[in-house]
Amino acid sequence: MEMFDLSIIWAGIIGFGVIMYVLMDGFDLGIGILFPFAPDEDSRDVMMNSVAPIWDGNETWLVLGGAGLLGAFPLVYSVFLPALYIGVFLMLAGLIFRGIAFEFRFKSRRNRHWWNRAFCYGSAVAAFAQGAVVGAYIQGFPVENFVYVGGAFDWLTPFSVLTGLGLMAGYALLGATWLILKTEGHIQAWAYKITPMLLGAVLVVFAIISLWTPFIDNLVWERWFGNLKIIWIFPVLALLCAYAVFRSVQKRREGIPFVATIGIYVFTYLGLIVSKWPVIVPPNYTLWDAASAPESQLFLLIGVLFVIPVVLTYTAWTYWVFRGKVRIGEGYH
Amino acid sequence: MELDPLMLSRIQFAFVVCFHTIFPVFTIGLASYIALLHGLFFKTQNPAWDRLAAFWTRVFAVVFAMGVVSGIVMSFQFGTNWSNFSLAASNFIGPVLSYEVVTAFFLEAAFLGVLLFGRGKVPEGVHLFAAIMVAVGTFISAFWILSANSWMHTPAGVELIDNRFHVTSWSAAIFNPSFPYRFTHMAVASFITGGFVVAGVSAWFLLRGRDVPANRRALSMCLWLLMVLTPAQAVIGDYHGLNTLEHQPTKVAAMEGHWETSGSVPLLLFAIPDQQAQENRFAIGIPHLASIILTHSLDGEIPGISEVAPEEQPPVALVFWSFRVMVGIGLIMIAVSFAGLVLRRRGRIFESELFLKTLVGMISLPFLAVLAGWIVTESGRAPWLVYGMMTHAEGLTPSLTGPVALFSLIGYVLVYAVVFYSGIYYLTRVVRNGMLPARAQAETDQDADRPKRPLSAAHTPFDDDVEPVRS
Ligand code: HDD
Ligand code: HEM
Ligand code: HEM
Repeated sequence: MEMFDLSIIWAGIIGFGVIMYVLMDGFDLGIGILFPFAPDEDSRDVMMNSVAPIWDGNETWLVLGGAGLLGAFPLVYSVFLPALYIGVFLMLAGLIFRGIAFEFRFKSRRNRHWWNRAFCYGSAVAAFAQGAVVGAYIQGFPVENFVYVGGAFDWLTPFSVLTGLGLMAGYALLGATWLILKTEGHIQAWAYKITPMLLGAVLVVFAIISLWTPFIDNLVWERWFGNLKIIWIFPVLALLCAYAVFRSVQKRREGIPFVATIGIYVFTYLGLIVSKWPVIVPPNYTLWDAASAPESQLFLLIGVLFVIPVVLTYTAWTYWVFRGKVRIGEGYH
Repeated sequence: MELDPLMLSRIQFAFVVCFHTIFPVFTIGLASYIALLHGLFFKTQNPAWDRLAAFWTRVFAVVFAMGVVSGIVMSFQFGTNWSNFSLAASNFIGPVLSYEVVTAFFLEAAFLGVLLFGRGKVPEGVHLFAAIMVAVGTFISAFWILSANSWMHTPAGVELIDNRFHVTSWSAAIFNPSFPYRFTHMAVASFITGGFVVAGVSAWFLLRGRDVPANRRALSMCLWLLMVLTPAQAVIGDYHGLNTLEHQPTKVAAMEGHWETSGSVPLLLFAIPDQQAQENRFAIGIPHLASIILTHSLDGEIPGISEVAPEEQPPVALVFWSFRVMVGIGLIMIAVSFAGLVLRRRGRIFESELFLKTLVGMISLPFLAVLAGWIVTESGRAPWLVYGMMTHAEGLTPSLTGPVALFSLIGYVLVYAVVFYSGIYYLTRVVRNGMLPARAQAETDQDADRPKRPLSAAHTPFDDDVEPVRS
């Protein structure tokens, strides 16, 4: 296996899976977070309808990522999951509740308020837990001899709480811009109204995290203030995207806010990757340390390379089928 | 009391996996049944088959969705509670489990939508094809997961270097010695489960005089199937046991409640195994029978539990009794299937109220048998996680503490209680709703113009107060 480095290919696949997950499940989790603030029950119907047909496809990427990690980078799997034990539990519980809420809310009336709650709390908890995971990742994990040796609450620090809240705001922003794209009338007007506020919140968190991170990790400090100047392109691009969101909301554009929000995510994500590369279990282990045996990576690669195009086609097709505006009282039950 | 993270993790794992397995074991059988119904409709064009297929597809949608929800948790369990095991065994378990997920997704992406929402929109042949692919897919999924599990019982094709398993032969590892038996036994168990559920539900409808012709067909079909499969399962189980005797003799000794190695071993019908005293109390058995079954000779020698030190013994009473529950249910099933044959010859199969009621009562038994079987298999392997190579204690997450494990255990129990309650409640509503009259079915098909999620294919309201229609 000298010809190509399977670990790098796998890092690419997992990296792609993660950003796909964040973007796609992000906006539907965001919808859940915004749920209690919606103007009325009709708009809640519309909001849920706007993501109902696609959310479970979005979650595919999470499971694919989890399984792929065990197959390709088992160390990540066997360090992150114990370290984030409670966070993972909360995230799963959240996802399960909102998952069944999707199914049962439309089918009930008397119990609807319960499903509303399950949907909102489930989404909020899952989003927070995911954000905290990012924070914990930036902080790094105490690992000795390939085994996590920290406690169950090590991940819960002011920093990870901040990233957790940050991701909640970020998902809400994705959700709001998605609503701008997918709705009209008073719901869209409401989404236009909240987008700048959410954007502001995201930018504040973004700034604090960026200032804080280099002090947590030496590697990051060197990346940003050493000789790798090119890295500054990412925050600049992310800020440009943020500006685009702001302007396009002022001009009442429908598509650009969502696309530009995606841009914010992508560039922040790339910035994070470049600051940590090639460390995958911070602070000490690189992706090669974390990799499984090359035969195992190859064995799994065959299946995954076959499936990813199918999943992508299917995803694209579903989004195409469900394109266009969602209206009150229409469609999907 | 000291909280033991090992014990709690085992309970948690056992709980989530038992919960999960209830759904797949049913979907695997049901998927094949639906494919069969589609095939029959395709061939005969008899609308009864089509309506049956539509009804069972709605049930399938709900059960499948519950399987997915509980399965997602499974894929994280290995890492959270068994991280040492995950890391050590990742070279084999990782790809194999991923293949299960990948297969399930592939299936969902490509064919499930067509099966659930394609009625009246895609040509019949395509619909049939999708149904077959979904059925095949559930088997491929089971193939991978059972291969991973069997490998933990009878590890092969690997070597252990520096606490990591390295695969030396993929084929030897995937097709490890217990895999063929476990796969066959489990596949037949799924068919039996599907068979008894369909038979029970059809009997329930017949007792109420609903959709009589279609339900008669369904019932009759299931009974023929069970007639063949229930005895076959006993035979397969016997071979499975012989294989286990070869590779995990202590487990078989525990199933038999057999403490000291000896010949002419009786088959115990009742006993209270006492692990402390290393003997049975109140044992009642049939002389020689265990020797005959396991060694095919009257006084064949069977190794006893005490061959291994008490700390390395599995929980004997649990294995012993779970085994009896499974086999007992297996025998009841054979009896019921034969009763069906006798009634059929007298032409009274649909008239005997007692028989129909018995069938309704049988619905939960296959699930119990499956769970009991898994408890035999899994707790009989203790203290080994990977048999002979890695113990439960070695595989446990080192950083896990008792209180945290207790927290998550209680958490999962609560979450699943809600999911299970709403799922089963909803499922019974779907079933009670029954088959749709042709017109309503056409309307729902129309309605289901775009959705994609499994459960939406069920078309049944959650509350009573929504609308009484059957859609
Ligand atoms: C004999 C069959 C069998 C067994 C023993 C298991 N499963 Fe399973 N599993 C299935 C048969 C199955 C299935 C029939 O293929 C399911 C049910 C619904 C589905 O989508 O596929 C499934 C779903 C399913 C999913 C969701 C896939 C999706 O979203 O489509 C995951 C992640 C797992 N399983 C993981 C596991 C793990 C980690 C197990 C063991 C510890 C396990 N399953 C035992
Ligand atoms: C789907 C059917 C399954 C059922 C019902 C089942 C049931 C159980 C039960 C009851 C235990 C507890 C035994 C004890 O501790 O006394 C257990 C343990 C375990 N099983 Fe399974 N199992 C299933 C499939 C699998 C599969 C497919 C795997 C792996 C690929 C697996 C891996 C394990 C592990 C790692 C344990 C150790 C933890 C423990 O002892 O509780 N199981 N299982
Ligand atoms: C009637 C006679 C039966 C016999 C002799 C029998 C035998 C066995 C044996 C020996 C095992 C343990 C194998 C091992 O761990 O190495 C087993 C496991 C199991 N049995 Fe049975 N069985 C019978 C009926 C049934 C029935 C009716 C069902 C369900 C419908 C069932 C479902 C299972 C399952 C799910 C397992 C665990 C998975 C496995 O290891 O295959 N069995 N059976």
